[in-house]
Amino acid sequence: MRVDGSNNTIQYRIQKAFTAVGINLIFLVLMILILLPFGWMIINTFKTNTQLFQDSLALPQSMDFINYAQAWERGLSSYYKNSLIVSIISLILIISISASTAYGISRFRFCFSTLFFFIILGGMSLSEQVALVPLFKMLTKLKIYNTHLALILPYVAFRIPFSTFLIRAYMLTIPKEMEDAAYIDGYNSWQVFLKIIIPLSKPILASCALVNLNFVWNEFIFALVFIEDMRKMTIPIGLMAFKGQLRIDYVVLLAGIVIATLPMIVIFMVLQKQFIRGLASGAVKG
Amino acid sequence: MKVRPYTPYLYIVPGLFFVCIFVYFPVLSNFYYSFFRLSSYSSSMTWVGLSNYLKLAKEPILLTMLRNNLLYVIISLCVQVGLGTTLAILLETKYCRKFSSLYRNILFFPALMSLTAVGLLWQFVYTPNIGLLNALLGSVGLEQLQHAWLGDKNTAIFAIIGMSQWQFTGYVTILMIVAIQKVPEEYTEAAIIDGASTLQRSLFITIPSVKEQLLVCSIITIIGAFKLFTEVYVTTAGGPGNSTQVLGTYLYHQAFLYDDLGMAATVGMVILVITFSISIFQLRIAKSGEE
Repeated sequence: MRVDGSNNTIQYRIQKAFTAVGINLIFLVLMILILLPFGWMIINTFKTNTQLFQDSLALPQSMDFINYAQAWERGLSSYYKNSLIVSIISLILIISISASTAYGISRFRFCFSTLFFFIILGGMSLSEQVALVPLFKMLTKLKIYNTHLALILPYVAFRIPFSTFLIRAYMLTIPKEMEDAAYIDGYNSWQVFLKIIIPLSKPILASCALVNLNFVWNEFIFALVFIEDMRKMTIPIGLMAFKGQLRIDYVVLLAGIVIATLPMIVIFMVLQKQFIRGLASGAVKG
Repeated sequence: MKVRPYTPYLYIVPGLFFVCIFVYFPVLSNFYYSFFRLSSYSSSMTWVGLSNYLKLAKEPILLTMLRNNLLYVIISLCVQVGLGTTLAILLETKYCRKFSSLYRNILFFPALMSLTAVGLLWQFVYTPNIGLLNALLGSVGLEQLQHAWLGDKNTAIFAIIGMSQWQFTGYVTILMIVAIQKVPEEYTEAAIIDGASTLQRSLFITIPSVKEQLLVCSIITIIGAFKLFTEVYVTTAGGPGNSTQVLGTYLYHQAFLYDDLGMAATVGMVILVITFSISIFQLRIAKSGEE
């Protein structure tokens, strides 16, 4: 790439090598800072509570998974089940409703279509806390307070704006020729949606599902307020309850944190590309 | 294409229904509630006019809360956005090529943990006797720096903010990397031919080309800071002595500890006004980016 030969002097190369080492050293330090709490947590999950109190920095004497088994049996298995139920149902609803909304908005012109688009999009700028008190009242009145539905309905509603925004932008890039041909072949709009648009939108639907999974799996404030029964709690709230119930059994709590975190890390490693695309094309946090 | 006139509406009705019933209706009710005194367990409501707002304005903790939210904004802008962007630029230079995907993945790990998991882990990191931080300080002979990080009024909020930087800096880095990768290669190539150094290229080419994404990252960071709740709730619950109270935790306490839903709704309105005005700004950028 370099056209100027004079840049390849020995001095220049040495300078470059130093910069490279320096920058990589900075990153090495950062990596240690990030991994240290993780590493420390993991080594302590293999200790007994007494060993932890003697020296939390020491390496464990054996690789005993008893704390993990304990965490799982003493509640985490049920929180896991609840999180799976809530996440799966929410994701199916979020993706199907958002895809349909995005299709309606991106493919048809009708009275108030822009208005409806802005109404849905505007939902993105409303935060959960502001709806917390009225939702609590409403869910109580609807007699679904303290059920999985009390989480699923608000999750779906709060994620539709963002997901619609994401999917619509992608659908706009799909060329219209194929649909036109399909209409000539006698397809109706529903068939076009199911047989052409959905298959072509798979990449964005996958990204969208992953970003929403990260949200639903980790959501805290609704889960804290709308569920009070231990048997219905999802993982984030379960961990809090777990802490209260274990009191000073730190090692089991740490094992619980590891178990709670593992699925997202595994999913990220496997589906990194889709995940990052989803995050990057619709930047919103938590 | 020929579709019946009502067909398009069928596609958007489900989405519209959910958003109106479970997002807009509650937010509007929240505005309405902020003029009443009401409790969780009864349906009676008493009109109190603006007295919730006046009471909030006189609340001695209000300044502490706003100060904490603002501290969170400022520190997060410097570390998450500032440092996060710098790291993104460094990762995209030739110096890191070999390890850049490894660095990137590790930086992103903490963002995948739930706020509860991070909060519980860090609460433990900050524990006086056995926590990682004090143990490390002790092992390198800096016992005098050992501290009850979350137990001391002066350090608690910084301990919480520090934890958030650990969690989210990598997130901004990833967002910025995606933007940097979209900068056309001709730009940098032209600059290389002109003899621009790596630093010059970052300052005069990379940063201006990604300023939109930079703005988006700043905005989501600011909004996140005003929505702050879980980090504080899990680690200190607003203590010690209200020193880490933020708008979000105060709202929760008013509603579900003191059963003053009207006051909670009022705090909600404050959060709404702040985050909504920042969001409008963001939507406008998002829209201009689409053209």
